[in-house]
Amino acid sequence: MIHFVILLSRQGKVRLTKWYSPYQQKERATVIRELSGLILSRGPKLCNFVEWKGYKVVYRRYASLYFCMCIDQDDNELEILEIIHHFVEILDRYFGSVCELDLIFNFHKAYYILDEILIAGELQESSKKTVARLIAAQDTMVETAKEEAGSISNMISQAM
Amino acid sequence: MNPFSSGTRLRDMIKAIRACKTAAEERAVVRKECAAIRSSISENDQDYSHRNIAKLMFIHMLGYPTHFGQMECLKLIASAGFPEKRIGYLGLMLLLDERQEVLMLVTNSLKQDLGHTNQYIVGLALCALGNICSAEMARDLAPEVERLLLTRDPNIKKKAALCSIRIIRKVPDLAENFLSPATSLLKEKHHGVLIAGVQLCTDLCKVSEDASNHLRKNCTEGLVRILKDICNSPYAPEYDIAGITDPFLHIRVLRLLRMLGHGDADTSEYINDILAQVASKTESNKNAGNAILYECVETIMGIEATSGLRVLAINILGRFLSNRDNNIRYVALNMLMKAISVDSQAVQRHRTTILECVKDSDASIRKRALELVFLLVNDTNAKPLTKELVDYLEVSDQDFKGDLTSKICSIIEKFSQEKKWYIDQMVKVLSLAGNYVKDNVWHALIVAISNAPDLQGYSVRSLYKAFQLSSEQVSLVQVTIWCIGEYGEMLVNNVGVLQVEEPMTVTESDAVDVLESCLTHHSTDITTQSMCLIALLKLSSRFPPSSGRVKEIITTHIGSVVLELQQRAIEFNSIIQRHQNIKSSLVERMPVLDESTFISKRAGSSQANISTEKSNQQLPSGASLKLSNGVAKPAASPLVDLLDLSLDDTPVPTSTSNDFLHDLLDVGLTNSSSSASGTDILMDLLSIGTPVQSNTTPENGSSIKGFNDILPIAKPNTATVQVVDLLDGLASNGSHPGAQSPVHPSIIAYQSSTLKITFSFTKQPDKPQVTQIHATFMNLSSEAYTDFIFQAAVPKFIQLHLDPANSNHLPASGNGRITQTFTITNTQHGQKPLAMRIRIAYKVSNQERLEQGQINNFPPGL
Repeated sequence: MIHFVILLSRQGKVRLTKWYSPYQQKERATVIRELSGLILSRGPKLCNFVEWKGYKVVYRRYASLYFCMCIDQDDNELEILEIIHHFVEILDRYFGSVCELDLIFNFHKAYYILDEILIAGELQESSKKTVARLIAAQDTMVETAKEEAGSISNMISQAM
Repeated sequence: MNPFSSGTRLRDMIKAIRACKTAAEERAVVRKECAAIRSSISENDQDYSHRNIAKLMFIHMLGYPTHFGQMECLKLIASAGFPEKRIGYLGLMLLLDERQEVLMLVTNSLKQDLGHTNQYIVGLALCALGNICSAEMARDLAPEVERLLLTRDPNIKKKAALCSIRIIRKVPDLAENFLSPATSLLKEKHHGVLIAGVQLCTDLCKVSEDASNHLRKNCTEGLVRILKDICNSPYAPEYDIAGITDPFLHIRVLRLLRMLGHGDADTSEYINDILAQVASKTESNKNAGNAILYECVETIMGIEATSGLRVLAINILGRFLSNRDNNIRYVALNMLMKAISVDSQAVQRHRTTILECVKDSDASIRKRALELVFLLVNDTNAKPLTKELVDYLEVSDQDFKGDLTSKICSIIEKFSQEKKWYIDQMVKVLSLAGNYVKDNVWHALIVAISNAPDLQGYSVRSLYKAFQLSSEQVSLVQVTIWCIGEYGEMLVNNVGVLQVEEPMTVTESDAVDVLESCLTHHSTDITTQSMCLIALLKLSSRFPPSSGRVKEIITTHIGSVVLELQQRAIEFNSIIQRHQNIKSSLVERMPVLDESTFISKRAGSSQANISTEKSNQQLPSGASLKLSNGVAKPAASPLVDLLDLSLDDTPVPTSTSNDFLHDLLDVGLTNSSSSASGTDILMDLLSIGTPVQSNTTPENGSSIKGFNDILPIAKPNTATVQVVDLLDGLASNGSHPGAQSPVHPSIIAYQSSTLKITFSFTKQPDKPQVTQIHATFMNLSSEAYTDFIFQAAVPKFIQLHLDPANSNHLPASGNGRITQTFTITNTQHGQKPLAMRIRIAYKVSNQERLEQGQINNFPPGL
């Protein structure tokens, strides 16, 4: 299973973290620190897998962001690379040519997308179209709810 | 409206934080925002709670504490609208982890949401549950999730399946409930549901044997069909990645087939065809294809495949190995390690490529390749492989050298057939990376040299030459010093020159020069200097003309501030000056340690070490290595005595073996400095009133390990002298009370309602202090005992040596017995009687029990 997902910037800033195994807050900070040191210092030509504490960490760099996923020893690393790419492509499709800034200002949307791709550390959906459709449907629900709330409060404030 | 309410939008807050130039600025902004959020929360401001939580999540990602927002998340989850629930659940998953008790409060909301009419809300609840639930929540909500597995909406179905995976992982007992829904999931068409379903089945197999059998019988056909469909399917734009339809589904089905086919010949045969098809049809120019091939090879290796299929798999790996992509090569090396156990011949064919990988620029690949090479070494290829590795050692990185050196040394030791080759390689390794070589390795080298009289001259000459070139490698220096001391005259007189050697003349003063330069060099450590001193002493006996010069050198250290050097210098000086008559016999050639005994002892201690460290490694039969009950004869490093290393250095090699005794008896046996800690440990362990002074011996060479039998040297170590004096003293006192009859009545040492222990005694008439006790344990209860461990502690004047028990399972009601023998040496025999405290630990119906007692009723005269 995937134990956690971390998105790191080139400077070591954390853009997104998702934990599928029990890690306490202090442990999480330590893990992030260690992995930042380990991964950010690797050269470009090296392979995308690092051994860390009995687990394997698969990472890939997209522009200025490192996408890291930690897996068990017996998992398929090449598949995880594909999952990372799957995630990035869906983000790209949703935000339209996604860049790091999009993920900073809309981190909650990035999380929603991640939740449609992975649950409990396992892959949920292999079709980008389906994921996009589900996210779009939920966004519409939010929009409608906001409009309704907006119109009701308008009515109330007008009634006041 | 409160002017300080969180009026700033999320976007503005993020901008403000990013605009901060220093950490202090950022802290200030965050503090202000947190204050605003806190006040907004306490005012129960409904409008902005959505925004507050979003801000809080961002602040949390920056690393600041945010616990005050946790209850707010719960409130949001409990509210009715979809947007609030969505952000509430997200906040829950981010700000909380499963160990926090607050999580339990969500269970009710989750239950309601799981039954909601809005499918997306059900989805949110399932997602949260699947990511973050604890065991109790899992148990509570499992029935709901089971029900949801049977809905028609594929979105809910797949989320429910993955949620079930987490439930099974947290509470494996619930696995049976999910078995039949999981099987029905496999008949779906929707890929998302299939992926989740296959994964659920895989996890079921891992957790429950029955599930595995059930799936094997009923689902193998369906799985093969799924795989065939996607393998042969035409272009499907929705699932296509790099020309392959849904590689993720491919991989998961392959994995499940591996679990089902593992160990089962019929299933393996059934899936042979589809595996062959996937292996040959999948294109490997893109990562997706390679991922599938990798999984396919893993599956082939994991089931009972035909040899044709195996060959196919190894060929794929061979292709991977020559791929330019680092990832692929890494993965191939990984797989080849597993493939060795299956078909080592085929892997041998790729040896050269693997060797190339050891020199790769990527550290991960180097490490893997080195491990693989190590597994590949056998008698035929040991020599060329070692040569390659040693050549590489010269140019390798510092951080890699340690690993590489230890592997090379293991290979050299295991596979050396000729002594000369062994010595050559070791000298080379020591010259290149002596600082990374472990002590026991060069100790073994010295044993080997001392066991090969015809090669001693050659060894000392090669070492001399190597020393001239690489005197910064500490181990090399130490070995050289020892050899020059022992075999100095062979060096100078060119004894035993082999044909391959170049002629070399070394004078006596050259040899002494070497030692002197070592001694006076600024970076030499105390151990090496001590070795130099003793080597000089030996040389003064072997080279009489240089004796004067040697004496001068030794005299310079009489005033050394290091106690060890000063002591040695003074002693050796006085030997040279006043005791010439015994000097030559003192520094005679060292008696040779029997190599086979040494190797087996070392293997015993290192294997026992391994068994304490890695319990999953399989030890070869040596029942004496089982440390469950008694203490196997631990081997202290015997060379400690041979090499005249100062006594201060002994704790390091012997502490490993003493650790067994230490762990079992918690008796501080290492050295007197640890006797205090030994007492404390003893106090905790036995907790019976005042602690018994543990059986400390001031030096390690004493008889607890029965060691004096092995070492033929009567090394003048102080403690043996002490013990000897003690024994002699007692004997001359002659105060042996009572009869020394070798027959003593057996006693019931300990009896409780559940256990009875009997001791019977034997003594040999010529050894009055030594008693052999045979203990018999009988189970008086009606349930059998397992993991039976007997431990004993004795007062300081008694030495105890436990042999292993004959079993650790004690059947009930006295139907069987466990016997264990131990040997007691009472150094104050005749003056003080035996006493012993015992502790017995065992398991009854999976509960641990402990019994303790003191035995005072030993018959007199023991």
